[in-house]
Amino acid sequence: MTIRTISELLDAEVLCCHERLDTDVSDACGSDMMSDVLAHVKDQAVLLTGLVNTQVIRTAMMMDMHCVVFVRGKLPSSEIISLAENNSIVVMASPHRMYEACGLLYTHGLSSKENVHG
Amino acid sequence: MADPLRFHYKVDGSNFTSAGEASVEVKKKLRQLGFSPETIRKVSIAMYEGEINMVIHARGGDADVFVYPDRIEIVLADTGPGIADVDLAMQEGYSTAPDNIRTLGFGAGMGLPNMKRNSDSMRIDSTVGVGTTIYMTILV
Repeated sequence: MTIRTISELLDAEVLCCHERLDTDVSDACGSDMMSDVLAHVKDQAVLLTGLVNTQVIRTAMMMDMHCVVFVRGKLPSSEIISLAENNSIVVMASPHRMYEACGLLYTHGLSSKENVHG
Repeated sequence: MADPLRFHYKVDGSNFTSAGEASVEVKKKLRQLGFSPETIRKVSIAMYEGEINMVIHARGGDADVFVYPDRIEIVLADTGPGIADVDLAMQEGYSTAPDNIRTLGFGAGMGLPNMKRNSDSMRIDSTVGVGTTIYMTILV
């Protein structure tokens, strides 16, 4: 699935790195706890979160992710967007709640590939 | 053996927003040096969690990274409150972080266990009231 398709499925507004919308991704994860993302995620390219701060982007950078989706209509600050932009991470904002957003992507074929305690 | 490459960073303890900047720098340098993505990921996660801990608990500190051909060593030193019970602190889910840290996405008691999981060896030297130094080695 391309990041563009994700933005369409989630009715999301893309906030930076539009040139990367055709990047293909196969896995995603959803969490508001960055500690859990750092501990349990492996090779997921997309992070869905309701948490809005710079550490979300830094966590995505550490995990080599391509895209961050802020759910529940939350809009990140310009500081957050520029940090993502400088590191080629697509940021988008979706009006859907976390459960709905994850469900929409999952039912359209984006898997989770959860790494259970590696 | 040749001297290792050494990178030194001051971790600013007063600014949660900037926490992780040293880890980002190290990640870029290791990528330039041609280390494998898996090695870089392990170093990045271990150091980032350590950096976040230093900001949350210890008002910052010093981070040193030593790059050898066969391993990467990370030394994180702070003069914070120290860890009273290291074994307890190593348990997943145990945290002394204040509630406001959890609203920032951290403080779930995953930091130290995650640092250990991403290291090939980890040692914690801590004295209550004096500070904590954590040594991590990641084999290449």
